[in-house]
Amino acid sequence: MALPVEKYLRVAKMPHIWCPGCGHGIVLQSIVRAIHELELDTEKTVIVSGIGCSARAPGYLNFDTLHTTHGRAIAFATGIKLAKPELNVIVITGDGDAAAIGGNHLIHAARRNLDLTVICFNNNIYGMTSGQYSPLTPQGSYATTSPYGMLENPFDLCNLVMGAGGTFAARSTTHHARQLTNIIKEAISHKGFAFVDALSQCPTYFGRRNKLRTPREMMKWFEDRAVPARNWDKMSPEEREGKFPVGVLTKTQAPELTEVYGQLIEQLQQRGGE
Amino acid sequence: MIKNQARLLQGNEAVVEGAIAAGLKFFAGYPITPSTEIAEQCAAKLPAAGGTFIQMEDEIASMAAVCGASLAGAKSMTATSGPGFSLKQENLGFAVKGEIPCVVVNVQRVGPSTGMPTSPAQGDVMQARWGAHGDHEIVALCPSSVEEAFSLTVEAFNIAEEYRTPVILLMDEVIGHLREKVVLPSKEELVVKEREKPSVPQGEYKPFAMKQGNIPGVPPLAAYGEGYRFHVTGLTHGEDGFPTNNPAIAEKQLKRLNEKISSNKEALVKVEEFHLDDAEIVVFAYGATARSARKAVNDARAQGIKAGMLRPVTIWPFAEDALLKVKAKSPKAVIVAEMNLGQMVLPVKRVMGDSVPVVQVNKLAGQLIEPEEILSAVKEAI
Repeated sequence: MALPVEKYLRVAKMPHIWCPGCGHGIVLQSIVRAIHELELDTEKTVIVSGIGCSARAPGYLNFDTLHTTHGRAIAFATGIKLAKPELNVIVITGDGDAAAIGGNHLIHAARRNLDLTVICFNNNIYGMTSGQYSPLTPQGSYATTSPYGMLENPFDLCNLVMGAGGTFAARSTTHHARQLTNIIKEAISHKGFAFVDALSQCPTYFGRRNKLRTPREMMKWFEDRAVPARNWDKMSPEEREGKFPVGVLTKTQAPELTEVYGQLIEQLQQRGGE
Repeated sequence: MIKNQARLLQGNEAVVEGAIAAGLKFFAGYPITPSTEIAEQCAAKLPAAGGTFIQMEDEIASMAAVCGASLAGAKSMTATSGPGFSLKQENLGFAVKGEIPCVVVNVQRVGPSTGMPTSPAQGDVMQARWGAHGDHEIVALCPSSVEEAFSLTVEAFNIAEEYRTPVILLMDEVIGHLREKVVLPSKEELVVKEREKPSVPQGEYKPFAMKQGNIPGVPPLAAYGEGYRFHVTGLTHGEDGFPTNNPAIAEKQLKRLNEKISSNKEALVKVEEFHLDDAEIVVFAYGATARSARKAVNDARAQGIKAGMLRPVTIWPFAEDALLKVKAKSPKAVIVAEMNLGQMVLPVKRVMGDSVPVVQVNKLAGQLIEPEEILSAVKEAI
């Protein structure tokens, strides 16, 4: 489907700040394509971000947009959605933003089942500050703050969201751009909290230090390790070693917070009117 | 509402009554003594008033949610105390920078750190002024009665909405938990102000315009979902709201941000002048301490001492003009009484210079300063 770029992008704000070979543009196009294919009302859609490379995306998107403080995008978005439930609220975040400084907001939004779509541009590194390890940096990988290799265990953000009670969690990569678009469409359409772990390459600050110098090598790394979710369940722990599942990992229905609160308002106002 | 309804209310309850009367539609908070009653009352009352209450996962998140809700068009508030106020500074600064109307209540307790959670203090007046990093102006109001907890909450919303700025309601534990009779104004008597909406076509809207709006330096604010599709960022931005590193634009915008408050001081700064006309000794006190100061002034007068009180109702911006008036009358002394080691005494001394002696009455162990303590300072100074 041809994409009417000017409708969705603030083309006057180009060129963007992302490095050559960065995967964030691919994730951004998947978001725009998903919004276009879903025919979302661009005047009723708000895009919120925190701090980091991913957080610059809303500046390029022609919607109501909010570039907040580090890690807090989901908390700001919670206020927007609760104050105006009719809005589609999409949060763009990064792995440092969502999993480290904003981890508490992520798990609580999942628990509340508030109708937000959170898309994590996960390049497993702090790119904006030039390459420190994040809670998503694989063990043994090099970063400026893990010069001897990453010693800690990384998070699996989809598992974290599922553990917190999230009703939708999915993962894809910049290598699987079509799948990523479809997953984002499904996430936006989901009534309730939806989380997308979008793996994106950072050749500049992750790849160069980890023998994946080019975007091509990094995307090949995604291709070699991604396993469709439907096959993942049948795999033994040994077979899963070094791999990760892509696709929709959980999708369930549960009461959504603004609906529940709306009913409470209605009830109390009726009682008051009697 | 029954006209001129007299009620027995707690200060924290009066804040909620005032907020709802001012049109509060969103409250996000986190439990913390001695402000918790504000969250509890909002949880109970807000949904019936068509608003939304949420208890967030932490203080940071509640300040963030308040900013988000306000940008979506809802009058928004949060409430906290010392430790929570520290945590809120990050997004309070964002509200300053993004020019997001909201009200932040801080019911002060003894600090630093966890301090004495159930005991009063006035140790956050300088944090209210300079808690967020970077050059900025702030508006903070300081109620000294339950009735004022109501009326200043309404006023805090009015200023927040009109000036597109966060407003701090700087209470203390005494006023927060005090119960006294209040006469609430009727709906007709209440002055409730709304934020100015843009009047330009959607494509021409500049959310941070230099010269627009009813109040100089305050650009009208659209709400998300109204079709203006505007951008708000904590980065220094131009009139269109998008980040800029251009020093000329940055300087202009930062100046406007500060001057929209500093150049409107006359409208913003309210004080109470009590027996000041012929006062030889002037007590400068605010919040709960001003109640003791009032008694001390009355007692001094009964003993033939010409004492008076200057009470800043608006703590920030600083009541410099009112103090200059005091200074012009060359009183024998100005006594600054506050429940801290001496914070507001600093700007008072700056205004008085060498010409008027400034005396301090301080208490910091979680007890209200008693009228006798102020009275004895008055007697010593005369």
